[in-house]
Amino acid sequence: MIDHAARAKTFVEDEVRLHWHDKAVWFVRQKRDLARAVLPEWEELRTLASQIKAHTLSRLADYLEEFEKKALAAGAQVHWARDADEHNLIVHGLLQARGVTRLVKSKSMLTEDCGLNPYLEARGIEVVDTDLGERIVQFRHEPPSHIVMPAIHLRKEEIGVLFHERLGTPVGLADPRALTEAARQHLRAKFLGAQAGLTGVNFAIASTGGVVVCTNEGNADLGTALPPLHIACMGVEKLVPGPRELGVFLRLLARSATGQAITTYTSHYHGPRPGAELHIVIVDHGRSGILARKEFRRALQCIRCGACLNTCPVYRHSGGHSYGVAVAGPIGSVLAPHLDAKKNAGLPFASTLCGSCTDVCPVRIDLHHQLLLWRGELAARGLVPLGKRFVSRVGRWVLLRTWAYRLFGKLARIFAPLLPRSGWTRQRELPPMPRESFRAQWRNRAGPR
Amino acid sequence: MEVALFIPCYMDQLYPRVAMATAELLERYGVTVRFPEAQTCCGQPMANSGFFDDARPVARKMIDVFESYPHVVCPSGSCTSMVRNHYPDLLASEPRLEALRGKTLELCEFLHDVLKVRPAGRFAHKVGLHQSCHGLRELRLGSGSERLVPAFSKTRALLEGLEGIELVELARPDDCCGFGGTFAVAEEAVSCAMGRDRIADHERAGAEIITAADISCLMHMDGLIRRDGKKQRVLHIAELLLEATA
Repeated sequence: MIDHAARAKTFVEDEVRLHWHDKAVWFVRQKRDLARAVLPEWEELRTLASQIKAHTLSRLADYLEEFEKKALAAGAQVHWARDADEHNLIVHGLLQARGVTRLVKSKSMLTEDCGLNPYLEARGIEVVDTDLGERIVQFRHEPPSHIVMPAIHLRKEEIGVLFHERLGTPVGLADPRALTEAARQHLRAKFLGAQAGLTGVNFAIASTGGVVVCTNEGNADLGTALPPLHIACMGVEKLVPGPRELGVFLRLLARSATGQAITTYTSHYHGPRPGAELHIVIVDHGRSGILARKEFRRALQCIRCGACLNTCPVYRHSGGHSYGVAVAGPIGSVLAPHLDAKKNAGLPFASTLCGSCTDVCPVRIDLHHQLLLWRGELAARGLVPLGKRFVSRVGRWVLLRTWAYRLFGKLARIFAPLLPRSGWTRQRELPPMPRESFRAQWRNRAGPR
Repeated sequence: MEVALFIPCYMDQLYPRVAMATAELLERYGVTVRFPEAQTCCGQPMANSGFFDDARPVARKMIDVFESYPHVVCPSGSCTSMVRNHYPDLLASEPRLEALRGKTLELCEFLHDVLKVRPAGRFAHKVGLHQSCHGLRELRLGSGSERLVPAFSKTRALLEGLEGIELVELARPDDCCGFGGTFAVAEEAVSCAMGRDRIADHERAGAEIITAADISCLMHMDGLIRRDGKKQRVLHIAELLLEATA
């Protein structure tokens, strides 16, 4: 099981990084607040987006078939993958058949989730992530710590050291502009040498068979404009009915993600460009299982904007790597147990249930409620530690008997201050223990009743 | 008007002064206050740990205890929200649940919406208002910074009329303090880091007193304040209002 608390403790111990990370991520939340404030219809947009996604998911099979038909008509080829293994097999098969050994990728959390990079690398294919943040974490052999800002856990000085080692930039260079330029030159060569480009998909339009990719760096465009093969990988939930509905999401996505009105590049692919191939890989990977669960299916409405990460005080104070999954933060903690409940059983507990994620979500996913429901499900499936179960059972026994509760309360007030410092008292004082409970004082009180 | 007090278990045992302040404040506004002595806890600690089966009979006991009272008032947003928003997950088929949900109000809600009081009195201090999450986002005691709705805060409205009070402006007016129930111990490192950041925000804004509608958040922050040798004092809003309107 992923021990979020232990990983988070390590993160918190580096106090300088902790505060820097919290401020950097909160800054993006504030930018989101400003960008949203210029749209008086913001709350209606959220409702509309939620309804469109709920509608689409309720007729998902129909929309998927319509999408496939239109995509084929536009000249794309469509592949269906049941899970991560099938997805990786399909992508590798496409590359292998064309003798591709150099692949450029733009950001895709799906392929991250499927473990595509190590799969392809083990089969002799050079995979280059072309999103700047993704390239940085790829150099460091670590996963992204945020779905929109993959290297948000790193400071520019650390990137300077990394680029000195990997790209030969001068020692001590930490100017973001100069470092970005170095990465740009490095990536330009990779783009020119690539034999195939792989992208994620932000939205797939059922009525046109087109896919839409949103980036700020234009890396998806370079990666698909030069090589003769474009592979676009998408989860089944990426569908929207038509271009009209797409507009609603494009207004919400960048504002929620980074506080921009719209992403710098919003690229639409309707079939391949002349002389090239476009392959769309549609992946289930656990999604139909989520769709089957009424209380959890709204999680499939997610557009991966990252707003719930930015607002989450636990994410800001523990960093993305503490979650141990490709998608960190509240949405990750809601999705990950569907794939592996045992391994990810700790994640729904990595939350104070403050509810900020639910209120910030542009598609109105009831995130903190789903975290609570997951706790219930994990306990019911015996995936919560036995010690906790024991405490809960004792609590129930005591709380059902008022006399036992009174006695327990009294003993706790006497003995709690005598215990050695641990748990609550390692960093905090206990409240001064009153001699009497309220109920005892109330009984003794003279005056109006 | 007759009101039954629903006093959270940890408040009954650790903060009797807050419960007493709640009773006296209500009495000051002419309310007849009852305290059903059979009550223990709403079951939230078990439910939030995932043990819905253990919380269920405790929730049912709550229904029994408060069945005969016309109003139930609780000086905690979190425990009130447990009854109003989370009991349906536990007791979906319980026919008496709706009655309890309908009549259970958090103290500030009750003062603001039912009694419609705007306390007059004097409290010449710099006060930082901590917006406890469940009161704010589950009971909607205030608008919250995430949503684009007209700004309001029932808690703030109860304080604003006090003479001499200075409500300080926080950089992050509704970030969580990190208490989170069992989270405070299970995720001690993150919990304390979050709490210290909240306290620092109040400190920078010049608050002498930190107030909130939930003493659990304040217990967590006060524990850190005293361990770290800081100067702020915490006061539940019931204590503050009682003192101000004396």
